[in-house]
Amino acid sequence: MTTLQTVFAKAKADNRAALVGYLPAGFPSKDGAIAAAAALVEAGCDVIEIGLPYSDPLMDGPTIQDAVHRSLTNGTRIADVMRTVEGVAATGAATLVMTYWNPIDRYGADRFARDLADAGGVGTITPDLTPEEAGPWREASAAAGIDTVFLVAPSSTEERIQAVVECCTGFVYAASLMGVTGARESVNVAAGDLVKRTRAHTDLPVCVGLGVGTGKQAAEVAAYADGVIVGSAFIRRMLDAPDEQAGRASIGELAREMAQGVRTRA
Amino acid sequence: MLTAADLAGNGPHGDDPDLRGKFGVFGGRYVPEALIPALDEVAKVYEQARNDVQFLREFDHLLRTYAGRPTTLTDVPRFSEQAGGARVVLKREDLTHTGAHKINNVIGQALLTKRLGKKRVIAETGAGQHGVATATAAALLGLECVIYMGAVDCERQALNVARMKLLGATVVPVHNGSKTLKDAINEAFRDWVTNVDSTHYLFGTVAGPHPFPEIVRDFARIIGVEARRQMLELTGRLPDAVCAAVGGGSNAIGIFHAFIDDANVQLHGYEAGGHGLASGEHALTLTAGSVGVLHGARTYVLQDDEGQTIESHSISAGLDYPGVGPEHAWLKDSGRATYHGVTDDQAMAAFSLLARTEGIIPAIESSHALAGALELGRELGPEATILVNLSGRGDKDMGTAMKYFNL
Repeated sequence: MTTLQTVFAKAKADNRAALVGYLPAGFPSKDGAIAAAAALVEAGCDVIEIGLPYSDPLMDGPTIQDAVHRSLTNGTRIADVMRTVEGVAATGAATLVMTYWNPIDRYGADRFARDLADAGGVGTITPDLTPEEAGPWREASAAAGIDTVFLVAPSSTEERIQAVVECCTGFVYAASLMGVTGARESVNVAAGDLVKRTRAHTDLPVCVGLGVGTGKQAAEVAAYADGVIVGSAFIRRMLDAPDEQAGRASIGELAREMAQGVRTRA
Repeated sequence: MLTAADLAGNGPHGDDPDLRGKFGVFGGRYVPEALIPALDEVAKVYEQARNDVQFLREFDHLLRTYAGRPTTLTDVPRFSEQAGGARVVLKREDLTHTGAHKINNVIGQALLTKRLGKKRVIAETGAGQHGVATATAAALLGLECVIYMGAVDCERQALNVARMKLLGATVVPVHNGSKTLKDAINEAFRDWVTNVDSTHYLFGTVAGPHPFPEIVRDFARIIGVEARRQMLELTGRLPDAVCAAVGGGSNAIGIFHAFIDDANVQLHGYEAGGHGLASGEHALTLTAGSVGVLHGARTYVLQDDEGQTIESHSISAGLDYPGVGPEHAWLKDSGRATYHGVTDDQAMAAFSLLARTEGIIPAIESSHALAGALELGRELGPEATILVNLSGRGDKDMGTAMKYFNL
């Protein structure tokens, strides 16, 4: 199984950043999500984040909200998320679940970690779980052998960065800007500074997310980060596509551009 | 003059949250990391403010000269006849400026905004009362104001939307999810995480991440502080029970809190039963919900077996919320307060009864507490005295009332 550790070690050996793609389970359909993620892997994504659709995604911008809403309307359940993880992990990509805390809490932390590991998932990203509340999840994840990824933000103090990286295994997610998910015209300059500050506290890889939408931006971020995370830009293309097949082709094209970007390191 | 003890209470009942913002296992912070420094800053500045005589003096001055405090108590003998003869006394928050208890919290937090050095406030609103109050305080103190309101609520509370606009606020209709209060809160959080340097999120109820449940409670606490003193003056003793409606829970905590140490005073909260528990269309968070995380805090939540929030229903936009403040969750589990459901029909009957017997048109929110008091009075009997928080006036609800009663 591909782990985050092997992905980042290989990327480092190749002197490039890793490319991380995000898609919510159940979007554009339950099976379509697996096929879309497979298209991203084929085009060069090293890591796939499968979003667990949640009714109150307070960190997400309109594009992801729209996709998640459609997914929930499609009747997506946690079993579908696990099945999606299984399908995506089978492509050989390291597969994570990105989820707000309440669905894990309700499902049961130990059970969720175990089921995710059984499905071939390698870890989670939990955007609304702070170090103060993370104890039970870290224990459950460690027991199941999966990684825990938490977020640092441009507003984080040194003490907060330290507290967050202590909870992280796999990598640290650096939010490039103060805001919600969504592609932007330019990647915030604060991202580079945040990566530098985070590296002073940890040897873990640091990946940058929020606002990356083009190959050129991926190259810019790859110049200073270990990984580039892209979500809304892929989803936008799928939302705009006339059908699932066209959507897959479109995100494949963008992912190839991004994959080229992380190898260019502008 | 207000003292620090008036804001926070001075009883040894451990009713302030712990350092993680927890009331027992409830509360805390479940928010994106980007917001943690802002929450820390609000907590720090509030801690200084609540002990600063200058701040307390300014807050007290505005409550007295602008908000219309202290609000009076009103005996309602003709209404009481329907409550088994128990003496029902109303705490008249409907008589405050803008017509609801919300004004206390917004004045406190608007002062806090200036102390934070911020010039913009955002707020969410369901019924529009918190939005109107926030727009009012923002106008008073010269702050830019943006109000997020579910598109459904914008329609059913059109009058309050107009009031907010007249007061200079920008009203942003939210078209996500159920298009009601919970979605307005999500959208306000998204604004806050984007504009946190310039903006204070003037949270409207005792929910949300720490320190909001504590701050809103403290600013609403004046209701109970006054009512306790006034009840002793009026009746020579404390009430047997205090009743209040519970949506997010701010008016209820506001009146309950000063009585928590008074073991002989029963505390009763009334949630929106909508069309009844069996119908599935209700907002019975404490009576039928389960423990989870919503809007940054661990509390009781209406959710399905996988943690997805279930949309609530109430005839009252102000109670139409699938979460509740964590301190209420704590009061429920500790047994200090009891929570009940009141259906739309029961609330509307009490709404009509108070109007016809006493010439007071209450908010539909408050009518849930009135309906509860009618039932409780019949249980406790004619010797009992029941204090009800009449949290707001019903002008804003006339559209709903016209439709409901075919007026």
